[in-house]
Amino acid sequence: MQFLANPTRFLKIANAALPTVWAITIVLFAIGLYGALVTAPADYQQGETVRIMYVHVPAAWMALFVYTVMALASALALIFRHPLADVAAKTAAPIGAVFCFLSLATGSLWGKPMWGAWWVWDARLTSMFVLMLLYIGYMAIWAAIEEPHKAAMVARVVALVGFINIPIVKFSVDWWNSLHQPASVFRMGGPTIAGPMLWPLLVMGLAYTFLFLALHLTAMRAEIAARKIRQIQIAEIGDR
Amino acid sequence: MKLILALIKRDLTLSLRQGGGIGTALGFFLSVVVLLPIGIGPDQALLARIAPGALWIALLLSVLLSADRIFQQDYEDGSLDIMTMGPVPFEMVALAKAVAHWLSTSLPLAIAAPLLGFLVNLEPSAILPLALAMMLGSIALSLLAAIGAAVTVGLRRGGLLVSILVLPLYVPVLIFGLSASQPGAAPGLTTASLLILGAIALVSLVVSPLASAAALRSYLK
Repeated sequence: MQFLANPTRFLKIANAALPTVWAITIVLFAIGLYGALVTAPADYQQGETVRIMYVHVPAAWMALFVYTVMALASALALIFRHPLADVAAKTAAPIGAVFCFLSLATGSLWGKPMWGAWWVWDARLTSMFVLMLLYIGYMAIWAAIEEPHKAAMVARVVALVGFINIPIVKFSVDWWNSLHQPASVFRMGGPTIAGPMLWPLLVMGLAYTFLFLALHLTAMRAEIAARKIRQIQIAEIGDR
Repeated sequence: MKLILALIKRDLTLSLRQGGGIGTALGFFLSVVVLLPIGIGPDQALLARIAPGALWIALLLSVLLSADRIFQQDYEDGSLDIMTMGPVPFEMVALAKAVAHWLSTSLPLAIAAPLLGFLVNLEPSAILPLALAMMLGSIALSLLAAIGAAVTVGLRRGGLLVSILVLPLYVPVLIFGLSASQPGAAPGLTTASLLILGAIALVSLVVSPLASAAALRSYLK
């Protein structure tokens, strides 16, 4: 962790790793999509619409995973003053928000033929929606405070308070109303999904994870460059 | 402890003498409750069914409306800077301000709201559970509002941002507050929901001073 504290060293590693990460992402997506759209059988109840699952479920996993990354990075920034942790948290937020939006949008498309409505006020939908609002609030803080150093400190608080609240929100809406099917992959006693449907789903999950890694590294690289430009500009104003 | 009490007393006096504290919040609460039947029609049966929910949402909005006042003035005139250097831990200063907000705004609203329930045809049997739930819930509402206020204290247009940041955190309070105050609820459900509301209030009591103080410090540097 301390090894990566130097932005130049981080950039060197990121630049070296990015082509490989992108290549793995593309290969995984090719395998996953082939499995999802061609070899996986249609569901006996839901028919072909079940294929939305391969886009929808990994997106929802990633929305939660990225928020966890964001909160971890914020905690690292708060505890160890790691210089790149704030950059990591800031750049993860928009990516996570897109994953969150993707899972809501595909869920809505899936819900119309299955439940007969674009949107129902079910526990999972509501908690994903709240997660989306948390992402938006976090990004709004970065946008609203001009000074990057101050924005970073405030954003850490927002990310961590949100992270404490997610389980509470999740548990309260579960108790409130639930129509969505329960978890069927990561549960005690093994997955309940049949093998030919399970492996494309897991490959897609892995593909999404690598996609996030690639996007995140690229975004962090861009953010570091943007900060450098800002500093150069400030120095130029000072010279004048 | 004496100093903390003095801080609370100071804030209460300020909010009473300056006006615009509880008066504005109560006025806002009333106008939301009056607009609601106009918006959905005067059907008495329908109103009775949605009365607890309507009162809760009016309460959330009124608390939010007054939230950005918790730290704003003291930040602008520099009192907060001095308080960071005082003998009272800054976390306790943040807590004192949240408590003052609760005493001056949320608690009076929580007491008044069930009594104003007759405007939306609230069932008499629901008044007591609603009052209890609102009093417990309002503790968490004020504490969470303090986090939102602290996070946006240095921004010129922080008001709207406070709502975006704080409303998602209000979801659990709203859910359990409602289930405690449903007219036809089983007695066991009411008790359980009240206990959970108490638990949420205790969690916020721990998180809020730490988070608010951390956010305020970054603005004060």
